Amino acid sequence: MMPLLTTKGLSRNFGGLRAVDGVDFALMPGEIRAIIGPNGAGKTTFVSLLSGRIRPSAGMVVFDGADITTMPAYRRVRLGVAYTFQITSVFANLTAFDNVALPVQRTLTDGRSKGQVRNGVMAALERTGLADRAGTLAGQLSYGHQRLLEVAMGLALKPRLLILDEPTQGLADSEIDNFITLVREIAKDATVLLIEHNMPVVMQLADRITVFNFGKILAEGTPEQIRANGQVQDAYLGATHD
Amino acid sequence: MHFGPHLLLAALEGLVTSAVLALTALGLSLVFGVMRVVNVAHGEFFMLGAVLAWAISTAIAGHPAVGFVAALAIAPLLVGLVALIAERLVLRRLNYNPEGTIVATIGMLYIIQQLALTFYGPEARPVEPPFSYRILLPWFGYSGYKLSVVAASAILLVITWLVLTRTKIGLIMRATQYDRETAQAFGIPVERVYAGVFAVGAMLAAIAAVLIVPISQAHYLMGQDPLLLSFIVVIIGGLGSLRGTVVAAILIGLSDGIVSMFFSPTLAKIIATLVVAMVLVFRPQGLFGTTQR
Amino acid sequence: MRDASPAKTYALHIGVIALLFALNFVLPDYHQGLFARIMALAVFAMGYNLLFGYVGLLSLGHAMFFSAGLYGAGLTVHHLGWGVPEAFIAGVACGALLALVIGLLALRTTGVAFLIVTMMFAQVFYLLILYFAAWTGGDQGLVIQQAARVVSIGGASLDLTNPTVRYMSALAMFAIVLLITLAIVRSRFGRVLVAIRENEERTKMLGYDTGANKLAAVVASGAICAASGAAYALLFGYVGSSFAGVQYSILPLLWVLLGGAATTLGPLVGTLFMYYVTDITSGFTSAYLLIVGVALILLVLFFPKGILGSIRQRWLGWLP
Repeated sequence: MMPLLTTKGLSRNFGGLRAVDGVDFALMPGEIRAIIGPNGAGKTTFVSLLSGRIRPSAGMVVFDGADITTMPAYRRVRLGVAYTFQITSVFANLTAFDNVALPVQRTLTDGRSKGQVRNGVMAALERTGLADRAGTLAGQLSYGHQRLLEVAMGLALKPRLLILDEPTQGLADSEIDNFITLVREIAKDATVLLIEHNMPVVMQLADRITVFNFGKILAEGTPEQIRANGQVQDAYLGATHD
Repeated sequence: MHFGPHLLLAALEGLVTSAVLALTALGLSLVFGVMRVVNVAHGEFFMLGAVLAWAISTAIAGHPAVGFVAALAIAPLLVGLVALIAERLVLRRLNYNPEGTIVATIGMLYIIQQLALTFYGPEARPVEPPFSYRILLPWFGYSGYKLSVVAASAILLVITWLVLTRTKIGLIMRATQYDRETAQAFGIPVERVYAGVFAVGAMLAAIAAVLIVPISQAHYLMGQDPLLLSFIVVIIGGLGSLRGTVVAAILIGLSDGIVSMFFSPTLAKIIATLVVAMVLVFRPQGLFGTTQR
Repeated sequence: MRDASPAKTYALHIGVIALLFALNFVLPDYHQGLFARIMALAVFAMGYNLLFGYVGLLSLGHAMFFSAGLYGAGLTVHHLGWGVPEAFIAGVACGALLALVIGLLALRTTGVAFLIVTMMFAQVFYLLILYFAAWTGGDQGLVIQQAARVVSIGGASLDLTNPTVRYMSALAMFAIVLLITLAIVRSRFGRVLVAIRENEERTKMLGYDTGANKLAAVVASGAICAASGAAYALLFGYVGSSFAGVQYSILPLLWVLLGGAATTLGPLVGTLFMYYVTDITSGFTSAYLLIVGVALILLVLFFPKGILGSIRQRWLGWLP
């Protein structure tokens, strides 16, 4: 099977710092992949390079067989690479409905009918359990609901690859359980790449795990393999006592 | 007169413009650099300095030098006071929000302009120079006062530079400019620094105006050109860079003096404005600034 | 922005238009003339509001779009002897074209730089009008003769210098632009513009080419402002460089702030209010600029949302 996304020698320097350093990475269609690693390991920079928010210093990104290294972010989104932000960045002054309507109206091709947008929005809100809050301003939602809204917006893009940057940060335990169910459901029709610090979530969700350290890939494998990997324990699991 | 002396005269006139422009632009640049406030009323502080200089020098009898010195001492202080009040009453309440302060300083521009028109009137009025010594060059005589303006401006620029780089006040200002929150955390009274910077910025414009009134008269609309030229200088020099501001002021002043001696002043202004707009579009860090990343 | 009450929204806007129509028959001569002027200039404010209110781009150069329409219409009538409809279209086209060029350049910058760049381009435009005084009349301006301001359709002819014709023409343009604005604001395009204002980076990551959307908004805004300028030239018969000065870039900002940025009716309310404040106070003071200055500062300090913006926040959440 052909990988959905690959990178070759992907690098990004900030001044003298090599935040991402020659990363070769491959993601198979349909999998749930977690990226873990200590703070400052280059995880967010790496996914930002994938989504096109920042440009690489060297290397290339290939999505579905096409070289997208120099493609602007908005066109990658149209190809199906969706990104949800680490810091919640819903449109606080717009209603939850309008927040989701933005991605929905863009993916609709027929253009005209208002009902289509409404149906699409409500479907995405229902999937994330926010349907009864459609008319609320996003800024007035609780933090957990804002994170869910963020996911709903990602979903509404109908992505082929959904990149989630620390999606469970700040969620309560009960919300995390719902979230895990949600991601499993999303993964039925999309590939999921998530950066996550919460180890139980990673171990439950991920098919495979990639470990970053100092801008490079330290290890990659199934949750069991990663758990058993001594290097990883030294670099990360041992160090943070998670 | 031959071409050479003609050019020399143009260059001298340009140098005087540069000297005044450098001071005015420095005020604008300080305020923008430290406070991130675009002060649209800056030109009106300039005008206010000139109008007050006329008022003070005509109120004092005796030798013109006495009146001029009094104006040079008092007018900037009064302008600084006006700026301080404006900062307290308006800018601080807006929490220095960039767009809010622009709208507010536009308001100040209109208020100051209208008050000047009401109380000073629409006439252009001269101030007598403190001395009228002429330096005799082989080709023409040149006003000694104009050259002393250049010298005074140079001295003031050096003093400002020393204060900014060698004193504790300068350090505090740079710290505030670099990061407002951190500066506050280190116990720097940011609000007082801002108030001081805004007043000093206005005073620099006022000093420049007092220096120039004996050459070009005081008028209630005289603030518009210095404002635009200061913007141009600050942009070309790189926002918030002292050295860039001075270099750009000399460049703009000289080219303005030379170009307007040989071409239509309107055309010269059109070209200069267009060039600066293009610089801002294609090289926003200025010609002498460096990129942040 | 919500779909909750389209009927109420349309009723309100049609109601405002109907009210303005009725006022023509009630207002004394002086106020009828003033209202015609206000409606023509409210269109200028609506064009400004589209960019400033909805996209959040603060321009200080919109006088150039207004005067592109003013001169585009005025000069074609004066020098080429064009008819009123052709001249109006020429004015709007000039504004749209200028906005396209300025947009392509100025949108490379953001924030304060955008404001300064637009101000400088407008200054260049103003100086060009003075420089080409042979054609533009310089700071004296040009008066468009009454004979050139008559529209003949078939056998009938409409004289734009007739107060009622002038009022109705201004109202027609105002109504059309108001409904266009309302349609834009309620459309998907309008939703994207607001999203750009709120968070441009996020909007990009939803797959929108924010640059293209902003450019479209600049062109639409420029064309609307030019329509106002063209109508002003044809209805009031005067074309002058003072309309290109920086003051006419600041006035629409003032009107929009006063009426309420990002409200469809705010520009009308702001223009109306400011005109009558000036009119009433002119009885005992000539300090027009002082009033403008004080109004700007008070607004930005105490009513940053403007009249309709505050009403929307307190009472009428559905107001578009």
